[in-house]
Amino acid sequence: MNKSEENRHQYWSSNLKLVFSLLLIWFSVSFGFGILLVDYLDQFTFFGFKLGFWFAQQGSIYIFVILIFVYIHRMKKLDEKFKNLSTEDD
Amino acid sequence: MSVQNLTYLFVGITFALYITIAIRSRAGSTSEFYIAGKGVHPIANGMATAADWMSAASFISMAGIISFMGRDGSVYLMGWTGGYVLLALLLAPYLRKFGQFTVPDFIGTRYYSSVARLVAVICLIVVSFTYVSGQMRGVGIVFSRFLEVDINTGVMIGMGIVFFYAVLGGMKGITYTQVAQYCVLIFAYLVPAVFISILITGNPIPQFGFGDQVIDDPQFLLSKLDGVMTQLGFEPYTSGIKSTIDVFCITAALMLGTAGLPHVIVRFFTVPDVAAARKSAGYALIFIAILYTTAPAVASFARLNLFESTHNVSYEMLPSGLKIGKI
Repeated sequence: MNKSEENRHQYWSSNLKLVFSLLLIWFSVSFGFGILLVDYLDQFTFFGFKLGFWFAQQGSIYIFVILIFVYIHRMKKLDEKFKNLSTEDD
Repeated sequence: MSVQNLTYLFVGITFALYITIAIRSRAGSTSEFYIAGKGVHPIANGMATAADWMSAASFISMAGIISFMGRDGSVYLMGWTGGYVLLALLLAPYLRKFGQFTVPDFIGTRYYSSVARLVAVICLIVVSFTYVSGQMRGVGIVFSRFLEVDINTGVMIGMGIVFFYAVLGGMKGITYTQVAQYCVLIFAYLVPAVFISILITGNPIPQFGFGDQVIDDPQFLLSKLDGVMTQLGFEPYTSGIKSTIDVFCITAALMLGTAGLPHVIVRFFTVPDVAAARKSAGYALIFIAILYTTAPAVASFARLNLFESTHNVSYEMLPSGLKIGKI
């Protein structure tokens, strides 16, 4: 494997790792906290909301927004890092 | 000035605005017609995507159905916004990277097959057609109320207007028209929500207001609502009636469906590069979330207000919408 191919491979695997971990959070806040664990979390209160209810109707949406911005930020860094690497090769 | 005249005035002004924008930014080339010359700023594209994506359902009826379903209504909130995350992480950047005009173009080129392209076109037409028929019904309802005409006539008028500015402006015209539409839409949604929230809880932010205490009452709004509903023999507002598996599957279906909406995907072709595609997906979700976090607040205010304003009121005095057999 030459260097640029190796870079591309690295880029892709860090990309996959990032997307996978973000989707894990995505799944836990919506399907996890908002649906499967909702009744359990409802015994706690959070600013006047039952916690599970809050995740289902508010919290999951806020976290979705944060997830996408983390993705944008991380991908930007990743792009910059590998852009430098590939120009060093040339 | 009567309410009817004021409505005509406001709707007239907004349509004049949309049509002016459509004419001023009309398409001059094929690329401008389909993908707005790839020159749309991510924030503008985010607003346009949000306006495009928040359909008649989100704007006209979502708060209503959440109000009716209570916690079970969360399927729409999580389903539609969650699907958007899938779209932003798994689809939008890659499609943009490939750089075609449409999704069937992408599939045809990627899999070197015109059969695959044809299948994609058929899927696209089925999806779009189903979606548009729902939207058009919404447009029809709005126009029929506003102009006091039959729903079918309302659909025709709505289609005529959309056809006019879509053909004239292409994607470029539509993009800037939708930026304006988003501003009008969110203003129209937030103003009543903020004032209802102030009236009921004294908190000007509806997202916090519905977790707050009710004015002149030490109770929290949601526990008061639960209490009233239990007294009347309903399930509490904050606990669902649907089984967990139902909620899980409906949410999953809504998420996957949202990720595949063709008119939203095409939005990511209108920005200059992949980074801008990612960014505009992020901005779009912020703009969407403003409405989507307000909707459940409006829903619970409305439910509480429904009980309070119909308490000890005789059947004859109820607003016509609440009587059985009336629409």
